[in-house]
Amino acid sequence: MTDLWLLPLALREPPELLRWLADGLAPVFHVEVGLLPSELALEGGRHPRRRQVDAGWILSQLLGLPDPGLVLAVTSEDLYLPVFTYVIGEACLGGRAAVVSTHRLHEERYGLPPNMERLRARAVKEAIHEIGHCHGLVHCPSGACVMHSSSSVEDVDNKGHELCPECARAVARRRG
Amino acid sequence: MLIVDDELSIRDSLRHWFRKDGYDVAAAESGPDALRQMEGEPFDVVLLDIKMPGMDGMEVLRRLHELSPDSVVIMLTAHGTIETAVEALKIGACDYRTKPIDPDELGRLITRALEERASQRQRGKAPGPVSGGKPPAEEIVAASPQMQEVARMIDSLAESDVTVLIRGDSGTGKELVARAIHERSARHVFPLVAFNCGAIPESLLESELFGHERGAFTGAQSRRRGKLEQADHGTLFLDEIGTIGLRTQVELLRVLETKEFTRIGGQTSVHSDFRVICATNQDLEELVAKKEMREDLYFRINVFRIDVPPLRERAGDVTLLARHFLKVFAEKTERALTDLTPDALAALNRYAWPGNVRELRNMMERAVLLATPPLVQVKDLVGLGATLPTSARAEAPLAGSLAESERAHILTVLCQCEWNISQAARVLEIDRVTLYNKIKKYGLRSE
Repeated sequence: MTDLWLLPLALREPPELLRWLADGLAPVFHVEVGLLPSELALEGGRHPRRRQVDAGWILSQLLGLPDPGLVLAVTSEDLYLPVFTYVIGEACLGGRAAVVSTHRLHEERYGLPPNMERLRARAVKEAIHEIGHCHGLVHCPSGACVMHSSSSVEDVDNKGHELCPECARAVARRRG
Repeated sequence: MLIVDDELSIRDSLRHWFRKDGYDVAAAESGPDALRQMEGEPFDVVLLDIKMPGMDGMEVLRRLHELSPDSVVIMLTAHGTIETAVEALKIGACDYRTKPIDPDELGRLITRALEERASQRQRGKAPGPVSGGKPPAEEIVAASPQMQEVARMIDSLAESDVTVLIRGDSGTGKELVARAIHERSARHVFPLVAFNCGAIPESLLESELFGHERGAFTGAQSRRRGKLEQADHGTLFLDEIGTIGLRTQVELLRVLETKEFTRIGGQTSVHSDFRVICATNQDLEELVAKKEMREDLYFRINVFRIDVPPLRERAGDVTLLARHFLKVFAEKTERALTDLTPDALAALNRYAWPGNVRELRNMMERAVLLATPPLVQVKDLVGLGATLPTSARAEAPLAGSLAESERAHILTVLCQCEWNISQAARVLEIDRVTLYNKIKKYGLRSE
């Protein structure tokens, strides 16, 4: 039975990205990962002047889906929250919806040549981070933990790619 | 944490965001609602909107300060002005920012404010503005008479809006001086926008400074605000001012005089109110004599001059700075290093420091990683072992080009950082793009 669904939304990335995310998420949260068809239009959440999509709006749309379990939307669009200039991802703490954007994870955005390995590492870290929030985890003070707060790509690069023992225990407790 | 904003979307997004940081977050949709909640329980942090119907944020701030003077209050507004910012800080706000704000900036601001409050409590002082008021010149670590004079000049000119030219060798801390001036000025609640004029090609300089409209040139896919516009109400720090080409100098001079400009590809004039601080390690008088710098621009930027001395001329500062950096990096990396051995201090003081404070800082950062607690020894001071005493250096034959030294240094740092580009760039104090270009230039590879 699938426990976590990936939902591509306006995703313009190599097809293997979703597989990387599934492979990264499954062992951390001990879940089976499936793929939902990309049927949600983003126009309602798009801010015409900012040319970004409201991450909160996406979460509300995900929560409105017929309950499929935990959903992680993945998009190439740049995300924002009304008070913030941008966000890389957003999640319902202890809830069942999260979204991650690859927009700011590409090296090209910073004037560097494409680096698929780096994109993969960053996307997987951010996916685990947001799903960690769905499992009730808050930001971890340990810089080695993937739940360490990361608002910029440098923060994403510098933190670890796994849950620290304490966060891993919290996930295990929640799973029962 | 209490979030006070009449807009539901702002309240919700901030509430969800900071719950993920582990805060217990409440929200209020109006001033009276906020005060009711504050009467029930005090909050450590209050994020307060200014423009709200009925009781505005300033009035809420006044009453809130009486109710709970210990709360850290950060004002958030969609339309910032210097006047409201200064008033908010006078009433007791810790800081003031315009919406939308970078998420990491707001997080850092709150952390810093809470840390400041905790240390004030320890010192038994009443809490006050974190970046408001007039902080002492504590960022500049120095005891030498030369640097005391620099600190005195900073304090004397900070409150005026005079244009400042900072001169000094590479690595002496010119940007630190610029930041100290900005932090002590009335503009400190708005950004200091630092721009290295020598870091990008002349062809891109205008676009970086003035911004551009969508479609102004190939690749301009959206409107972009330039540095001049970003510095509105704040301070514009132009480093390596002597590298600007003559054509851009004409444009820049006009902007410095009128504070008005047009984005590239744009039709309408944009006004930006900023203070200018320039810096250089070049001989600008020579550039003027060689007609490589316009004389009128030179006079425009050289209104008040500060000379930052090289580290080798700052008697006593090497020891002071070495111990300062040791403390900073030891705390950051949680390593129980307490001091340097007498031999290590002597070696540091014999060295000529061609890279000045930046070189010392980098050396201490590496030493903290390499040293065995509790003391840093000579062997931990990478880059110092191969050097000779200052007096002998001048007579010794020089081996190796600057490029070879740079290549070796970059490779060392990359290896120490296990080829983590972001981390290595931070240690080298260059941006990731520059580091990548140098890796390419020198053909460096990880094993």
